[in-house]
Amino acid sequence: MVEPMNETPVVITRNRTSTASRSTQFTFSENDIVPEKAKDLAAVREHAWEVYKTQGIPATTEEAWRRTDLSRLNAGQFGLQNNDLNDYSAATPPEEILRPLADTEQAGQIILSINDEKIKLSNDLLEKGVVFTTFSELRKNNPSLLARYIGKIVKPEEGLFPAMVQAFGQDGIFLFIPKNVKISQPLHSIIWGAIEKTARLSHVIVVLEENSEATFIHETASPENENGSAFHAGIVEILIGENARLQFVELQSLGKNVWNFSNERARVENQGTIEWTFGAIGSRLTKNFTDLDLVGEGATGKMSGFYFTDGTQHLDHDTQQNHLAPHTTSDLLFKGALLDNSHSVWQGMIYVAPGAQKTDGYQANRNLILSRNAHADSIPGLEIKADDVRCTHGATVGKIDKDELFYLLSRGIPQKEAERLIVEGFFDPIMQRIPFEGVRNRFQQYIHNKMAV
Amino acid sequence: MSELVIKNLHVQIENKPILKGLNLTLPQGEVHAIMGPNGTGKSTLANTLMGHPSYQVTEGDILFDGKSLLNLSPAERSHLGIFLAFQYPVSIPGVTVANFLRTAVNAHRKAANPDDKGIPILEFRKIMKEKMEMLKVDSAFAGRYLNEGFSGGEKKRAEVLQMAMLQPSIAILDETDSGLDIDALRIVSEGVNTLRNKELGVLVITHYQRILNYIQPDIVHVMMDGRIVESGGPDLALDLEEHGYTWVREKLENGTSA
Repeated sequence: MVEPMNETPVVITRNRTSTASRSTQFTFSENDIVPEKAKDLAAVREHAWEVYKTQGIPATTEEAWRRTDLSRLNAGQFGLQNNDLNDYSAATPPEEILRPLADTEQAGQIILSINDEKIKLSNDLLEKGVVFTTFSELRKNNPSLLARYIGKIVKPEEGLFPAMVQAFGQDGIFLFIPKNVKISQPLHSIIWGAIEKTARLSHVIVVLEENSEATFIHETASPENENGSAFHAGIVEILIGENARLQFVELQSLGKNVWNFSNERARVENQGTIEWTFGAIGSRLTKNFTDLDLVGEGATGKMSGFYFTDGTQHLDHDTQQNHLAPHTTSDLLFKGALLDNSHSVWQGMIYVAPGAQKTDGYQANRNLILSRNAHADSIPGLEIKADDVRCTHGATVGKIDKDELFYLLSRGIPQKEAERLIVEGFFDPIMQRIPFEGVRNRFQQYIHNKMAV
Repeated sequence: MSELVIKNLHVQIENKPILKGLNLTLPQGEVHAIMGPNGTGKSTLANTLMGHPSYQVTEGDILFDGKSLLNLSPAERSHLGIFLAFQYPVSIPGVTVANFLRTAVNAHRKAANPDDKGIPILEFRKIMKEKMEMLKVDSAFAGRYLNEGFSGGEKKRAEVLQMAMLQPSIAILDETDSGLDIDALRIVSEGVNTLRNKELGVLVITHYQRILNYIQPDIVHVMMDGRIVESGGPDLALDLEEHGYTWVREKLENGTSA
């Protein structure tokens, strides 16, 4: 017998407050497009502008943005970086960021501060034809090299932010390793600083020609506690040629006033390898798209991610492992810890194209929730169009195990320290993937700072 | 000489009473055994002594050196010299034995002296190496993740290693013999015996008499239904081994009905 329904209709009303606080749009115009002397570079700007005009602030109704709400961005407040601005209080990055991150001497370093750029590269590498410089230098000295690679891997059509960077981006970092050149000493670059009510746009291009090898550590950072909203959008384009090998570490430690957006993609050709490590602890909000395109047979990509949020931070990493050729291998492990009211999102996809047989794809995301109000979304995904493949994935969100904690406490280790030990242990599998002690130490320091009483 | 005094201890877990008025006095320098059938509250006692948050003391007290432990955190109890060798030591992924031991040793030093800067690494390594040799533990042990993938014997040896490093005043061995083959049991027991001294009181909690062949107790207590119901010399353990617990239970029932 079915219970009769309540005769009074229940009216459900939803209060859509989000419309009230809907973000304003950016105010950049055609006049803000950075003028280019070289025709082909001007064409890139022009095309990016055409795309940019058609794009609005992404809304949570779009699948990729469902968990990252930009309604409070208030984009209209941001102007473009003014190059005459000389009174930025934090002109140079702090010592801990400048310190070499690897055990060996650095082969080169670029610091792109707000109004200053420093470029260092060993003579030895210059002679070998290595290019490690800024876009502004290339515009003066070798615009055709920049034009050959810019916007080829990350295209403006991918969204508002990449279109913005390509139309209005002021500067960038360019690394080019010629055929057969192998560099064991690491290269280090830093994008430093974020100014209130200002959009900082950065662009990184890495090209490894066939049979070359390089190690590159790139950071995006700004002072930890500054007032007022700041904005950063970045593009990272990586091309790994046949049988080339890149060890790439990216560290993001932007201040908590920064809205941060990045679109990154590595294209890996036959037998090429990328070992890609991400460390993210900063920003108010981050939406990062990272794609690994394994386009050549036998291409390999290993992606390791470390994120640690606190306060009201929101970090969203969207990864895509695209197996577009047979015998390709990808291995992704992202681990995150969350404190306070922070929120993380990891959304991953392994895509195997038709015909990409004998591929091996793996993805795992592990989250450790350290506070009652912290929240992690972990969404793995597989889309497989070939039949002879091996793809596995796993996603977990957990808390500190009470028995583990009791065990450590019972040995006299105070609660805070016991928690820190468990968090360090949790991140250990990521540490094991990082071949540089300096980077490992930096991650340890991140954990210490975040877990400090 | 300090002693651990348990007075009329009542403990419940999730509103279910487990310990129902347990009394026991363990002086430093003595070894006491607690034997009893399964489900009688032996592990509850061990965890309560260490301050496990799931075990709620509803009545009675636990005193060490005249001071009540009840309001102290597990870490504070450890600093006072209470040590629990767990029946089922959990693994701590990603934390090596050496890192864990050094953190624990430093926590003890800091509790004793807030200005302590930590044990020098060389001194720590030397002490750890000595203790590991004493327990016949392979040196690679120090670099392994704590209890992760350890065999039953390795886990128990790791517990005794921690005990050796922390040098407690009162050690509670909760079913340290369970899951050990005879060789492992001998090594673990020898380790405990090496640590026996006038400043150490040991409470051996066990279901079987076997471990008491190796670690000779001064006093044997029988625990049943949340209380100590019988105490005696080492011979009591042999009686229990031979005759089981039935006679104690009968004696207890006759006693209570009388």
